[in-house]
Amino acid sequence: MESKLALSQERIQKARELATSIVGPVLDFVDLHTTVTVERATLRLAGADGADADGVPVPNLVVDQLKGRLEDGALLYYVNALVKTGGTVADLNARIAGGLDVAALPLGDRGTLEAKAAELVETFQRRVKANRAHREAKQKQFEGRNHSPLLYVIVATGNIHEDTKQAVAAAEQGADVVAVIRTTAQSLLDYVPYGATTEGFGGTYATQENFRIMRAALDEVVEREGRYILLTNYASGLCMPEIAAMGALERLDMMLNDSMYGILFRDINMYRTFVDQKFSRMINAFAGIIINTGEDNYLTTSDAVEKAYTVLASQFLNERFAYAAGLPPRLMGLGHAFEMNPTLHNGFLLEVAQAQMAREIFPEAPLKYMPPTKFMTGDIFKGLAMNSMFNFASKLTGQGIHLLGMLTEAIHTPFMMDRFLALDNAKHVMNTMEGLADEIEFRKDGVIANRAKEVLEETVVFLEEIDGVGLMPAIEQGRFADIKRPADLGKGLDGLQKKGPGYFNPFEDFLKAELGL
Amino acid sequence: MIIRPYGDTLDDGAVQLSFTLPVPDGPKGREAARLFVEKLGFKHVDVVHSTALSSGFSMYVAYGKTETSVDYAAIQVEEATGAKVYTMDEANAVIREKLGRKVVVVGACTGFDAHTVGIDAIMNMKGYNHHFGLERYPELETFNLGAQVPNEKLIDYAVKVNADAILVSQVVTQKDVHIQNMTEFIELLQARGLRERFIVCAGGTRIGNKLAVELGYDGGFGKGSYAEHVATFIIDRLIERKTVH
Ligand code: B12
Repeated sequence: MESKLALSQERIQKARELATSIVGPVLDFVDLHTTVTVERATLRLAGADGADADGVPVPNLVVDQLKGRLEDGALLYYVNALVKTGGTVADLNARIAGGLDVAALPLGDRGTLEAKAAELVETFQRRVKANRAHREAKQKQFEGRNHSPLLYVIVATGNIHEDTKQAVAAAEQGADVVAVIRTTAQSLLDYVPYGATTEGFGGTYATQENFRIMRAALDEVVEREGRYILLTNYASGLCMPEIAAMGALERLDMMLNDSMYGILFRDINMYRTFVDQKFSRMINAFAGIIINTGEDNYLTTSDAVEKAYTVLASQFLNERFAYAAGLPPRLMGLGHAFEMNPTLHNGFLLEVAQAQMAREIFPEAPLKYMPPTKFMTGDIFKGLAMNSMFNFASKLTGQGIHLLGMLTEAIHTPFMMDRFLALDNAKHVMNTMEGLADEIEFRKDGVIANRAKEVLEETVVFLEEIDGVGLMPAIEQGRFADIKRPADLGKGLDGLQKKGPGYFNPFEDFLKAELGL
Repeated sequence: MIIRPYGDTLDDGAVQLSFTLPVPDGPKGREAARLFVEKLGFKHVDVVHSTALSSGFSMYVAYGKTETSVDYAAIQVEEATGAKVYTMDEANAVIREKLGRKVVVVGACTGFDAHTVGIDAIMNMKGYNHHFGLERYPELETFNLGAQVPNEKLIDYAVKVNADAILVSQVVTQKDVHIQNMTEFIELLQARGLRERFIVCAGGTRIGNKLAVELGYDGGFGKGSYAEHVATFIIDRLIERKTVH
């Protein structure tokens, strides 16, 4: 791609070096630890599923039984129980749901357990590889049928069966990506509910069964429309890696997954989040799932001009964390957002500068561009106009994943009609100006080029500061999003566990080997 | 004074509508749309646009004229704050003069709601839209507990710091979660015999004074309210209480 901003490669390189240095010590910490949800995710990859009569999921039952022994890895005891009881994984799940205590069984010979675990890894990897192969085959079969950028919409009725209707309609209207928004507060549950669900607030529970139901519904449209429809959910919150695991098993294609969002915006403990994000990203990487990072959130609480550098800085950090988990750039949907105050004179130029800058700094990443949200009001007519500007900016700067703005953003989760109008608007704008980007260059010393330089420079300065204090202390001091999060506070800290000398996790070993880590 | 919607001629009653019907697009769908608008009481109904949203759903834009009217003169609205809103300086002066002590305010976005921007706009130093927040008022002592704060915890905190007023923010309103949560808050206060001890205000994008009062709050503040509105309300109520007691 030809550069239109003439950004200094040296400064970009500098920012990357700083990000590497900042992330390094965090990764060292991560490698020595596991968490309850990493353990449950591992169990899920091995096939643990189902729930007891009270709705407590089997992976939680197992991990809860292992109080004090988690440093060995929960899988050790699960596999041991499998060997001891002699049945299938499904039989074991039913036994555990019925009250079997895996911690009560004496541990068998390590070699036998390793061999049994290797079988489970084999089953897992065959399933996920088949999912990848299916996705790749369909994308090849229907090559050129998706929009560029991918048009992304959300559904959020709370009822999975209603969601599928909305999703199918959206796909028929031209959506390329359908995301099922999670219900309010699921991110703070330390378990993933089991089964199909029909009640949620502002979203629908992420459950493995809900994933399966939606995937099946969309797969039908894929054939009918001759276009691959990507399914998205949220690998975030206290169960980040478990949701990644479910997504890998049920062939989701994208996952919202940020290395720091949970810490800053959901008050989840930072140690917990850093450990969880790594394992979840390894699963995503192996499953070929594109992650979507959450930089847009910085701009919902701060000003888009003043704090533009926090977005770019976070993109560099997310990129580094992603590499460390084996994600190639083509799976890094780094985020940013069109949140410039609409009354700002020449604000559109600044917006284009920032979007183009992201494009040029991360040329291979399918950047995820978020629409105006915080300046959307009950004036739906103005909202539609703002969304048109957003669509224009996105196409002009070659974004990868385009989250459609809804004219009713300030009012409710989208009605079917809102989604249609958004898709119609995007298709209209993007079609009518398809070739414009190739026609224009930006003035060397113009507002746009200068703005991009300025943000890059501010980012380098900011990253230098963070590098000086260290990432975790910087978060404690409130240097990100003006939110202070003490390292030893926040939700989920009690689920952090140092790995013991005999820590057993062949899934992690497998993923590392497979991803070349 | 009787009024009707205005299109381009006084009293023409012209209204524009758009909606979705769960039927395919086509002549039958358009007729259904027309009949529907007619049944709403509109005359001269014109379905000017229809389009398929999917195989089973269609969207319509329609115009109609109505004879329905409202008596503008008879309308009464009760906002939490009246015509007089103290500026920050006035508010501080009034507190010094009439109350002679610091006023303590505790606020949070409660329940599972994670939206902090609204309560921050009211409470934090910086404020919102060039209107400073309560934290900047020298005569106020403020505690902003942030978001996702359980009702119980907010009440405990208010008791601990001996608050004069409690501010509750609710932004997520889907399926009326805010109503359940706001109601629970008042019930908890009542159960602990604390309702009368505090001035309790609710706020949020879709919260109005009317709703808040119905749910047992002293006042409600919606979109477009700033720190000075709620400060004025709290101060006037405190003065009122002082003179009554
Ligand atoms: C920013 C934002 C977020 C950010 C919040 C960041 C943060 N730290 O606050 C993030 C990304 C985290 C977020 C998450 C979610 N959001 Co949100 N979000 C918004 C958005 C875009 C803007 C809200 C905002 O900041 N407004 C600016 C402030 C200043 O306005 P305000 O809150 O109305 O406050 C003013 C007044 O109301 C009043 N006020 C407010 N509170 C109080 C209290 C008192 C006491 C007083 C006196 C006054 C007062 O004063 C303020 C200044 O005038 C809106 C859409 C929109 N444009 O409104 C959606 C929106 C509010 N979100 C929505 C939803 C559904 C969610 C999620 C549930 C989505 C999901 N399923 O995950 C999650 C919430 C999860 C949870 N547990 O709550 C819906 C709510 C729909 C509904 N009516 O119920 C909206 C409308 C978007 C939509 N169309 O779907 N969101």
